Amino acid sequence: MPIKLEKRPQPSRLMIYLTPVLAVALTMIIGGIVFSLIGFDGFGAVREIFFAPLINTLKWQDLAVKAAPLVIIAVGLSIGYRANVWNIGAEGQYILGGLAATGIALMTKDMSGPWILPLMALAGIAGGMAWVAVPAWLRTRFQVNEILTTLMLTYVSINLLNYLVFGPWKSPHAFGQPQTISFSADQSLPYIIPGTIVQAGAPIAIIIVFIAWFVVSRSLFGFQIKTVGAAPFAARHAGFSASQTIWIALLVSGGLAGLAGMLEVAGPFGRMVPQFPTNYGFTAIIVAFLGRLHPVGILIAGIVLAITFVGGEVAQTTIAFPYPAVGIFQSMMLFFLLAGDVLVRYRLRLRGSTPAGSTSGEAQA
Amino acid sequence: MSVDLVIAIIITLVGASTPILIAALGELVVEKSGVLNLGVEGMMLTGAVVGFAATYTTGSPWLGVLAAGFAGMAVSMIFAVLTLTLSSNQVATGLALTIFGTGFSALFGQPYTGKPIDLFRSVFPPELAMHPIFKVVFGYSPLAYFSLIMVFAVWWFLHRTRAGLILRAVGESDISAHSIGYPVIGVRYLAVAFGGAMAGIGGSCFPLILTPQWVEGLTSGRGWIALALVVFAAWKPGRLLIGAYLFGLIATMELYAKAAGGAFRILPSELWASLPYLATILVLVLFSLRAKGRTGAPACLGKPFVPMN
Repeated sequence: MPIKLEKRPQPSRLMIYLTPVLAVALTMIIGGIVFSLIGFDGFGAVREIFFAPLINTLKWQDLAVKAAPLVIIAVGLSIGYRANVWNIGAEGQYILGGLAATGIALMTKDMSGPWILPLMALAGIAGGMAWVAVPAWLRTRFQVNEILTTLMLTYVSINLLNYLVFGPWKSPHAFGQPQTISFSADQSLPYIIPGTIVQAGAPIAIIIVFIAWFVVSRSLFGFQIKTVGAAPFAARHAGFSASQTIWIALLVSGGLAGLAGMLEVAGPFGRMVPQFPTNYGFTAIIVAFLGRLHPVGILIAGIVLAITFVGGEVAQTTIAFPYPAVGIFQSMMLFFLLAGDVLVRYRLRLRGSTPAGSTSGEAQA
Repeated sequence: MSVDLVIAIIITLVGASTPILIAALGELVVEKSGVLNLGVEGMMLTGAVVGFAATYTTGSPWLGVLAAGFAGMAVSMIFAVLTLTLSSNQVATGLALTIFGTGFSALFGQPYTGKPIDLFRSVFPPELAMHPIFKVVFGYSPLAYFSLIMVFAVWWFLHRTRAGLILRAVGESDISAHSIGYPVIGVRYLAVAFGGAMAGIGGSCFPLILTPQWVEGLTSGRGWIALALVVFAAWKPGRLLIGAYLFGLIATMELYAKAAGGAFRILPSELWASLPYLATILVLVLFSLRAKGRTGAPACLGKPFVPMN
């Protein structure tokens, strides 16, 4: 190994902010080269995916629509990740939130009033929380790994969704299509900016970012989360309960994912369909890391990931670039970010002539 | 129940278990060396699509399996460089690998959607498998025999060879292993590569022995179930075999429930489809109840190791 790692006395703050930017830049450069090598218009794709949605102001409303659920879910996930609680089944909690909101919408289909939408939002939050409560209980009561349980429940939630829209919830007016009836005006999110497709999801995402920012940096709970994640023993001495932290972290992330599900079904979808799972729950994991688990960082990262989604659609129509390649660009950002993490904690030194393992025996003694 | 039905069920069961068993055996070795690679699902998808493409192009399923193994190993090296050389967070890097594998297989598989290949069938002469009893012995794809051989091979390697002992030492106490002079990072690189190859081969079972076509996301979470099985098996290859066949049985029940109707129809098909995942959760709980904190997990599992010198 030609490179040697030398631990920094403390993490480099400069690198914490710089590495996400580097990761995105490297993704464009390396991604462009790799896709060119395998026969695509690699740099054309980078231009269309990363820059076209920014240059074309008409696309900004699409960015707001796509970024909102990503940011909302990622803010919730980041709270758990800070405490080393790995909810990776946000997709399932998002689906359950959407289903719970749909349930309210179907129950209130003959009613009207401004109370319906808030009720749907509460149901969405409750649905996401209920779905994550199972892994939370299993983790705190039986020490069952939440990574596996949250993920398993995601597959179950997709089956539940299919059961409902192909079965009991299927609209009688949809000519056999598996979908629920369309939501009424009282069950749909209002448009915030007239003449655009931007609904209430975007401002709600921004509000959540600022609430989370306050909680993480100013409240005792924010400190508790960081301590439990970084120094579990110290946290125990400080009287912070590990299982309470796990419960709160999971309920917050599940609730926010559920809220995102409600905002999607009452927003862009307008009814429940089998296509509802759009992988926002998984992409939000990238958003959380790229945003350095910080609410404001997540807001920026959410917009970056939204750009790649919208840009992927642009590249598909303008230069016939295959849409699934967007997933590769997105995971490359995460790879480069994780690789860059080493710069935060270590200095890289070229290894001189010191033979490996020669001094370790003395170090041991 | 007729003999024919029982035999048909056994053969379906073995087929359904094989991909999970192969991938889980690979992950078991990886975890024994102290590394947690959550990218199994992504590596399986990569193996599945590359295995399909190679079989479709060359017409040889043997080359398909070989290509799948190399593809799985290649993507596992992304994980290895990040977590072992750059000591990145293993959980996050494994997730990234799964996201990458999902995207890669969707992109790479696009031109192959809807194209047929032949199943990777038994290599024994058909006369051998005529009699129902012989069919239970000779009626499988070579991949099924491979998985069984590997159960023994992995057990033998870990518990009867010096290299296996070193690998376990690295997973139980990286600092001691390093101070004795064992190459901790090197051993882990090899383990991750082996795990990647096995996940790739396991993934190739989907198009080669289960459904002879490429469908996006066709592994549908089996890589995650493989990860759960390693926990359930308490990092023992023999118990992995039992666990994988248990899941094969559930998956087989799902298939027969869909086909049979009758009493099975009382439950909606979506519930049957959810059973493997629900059973995985149940099994994890039961295991945790029995283990009471002593899970048998390698002591250094998931912890990065940076040589101090």
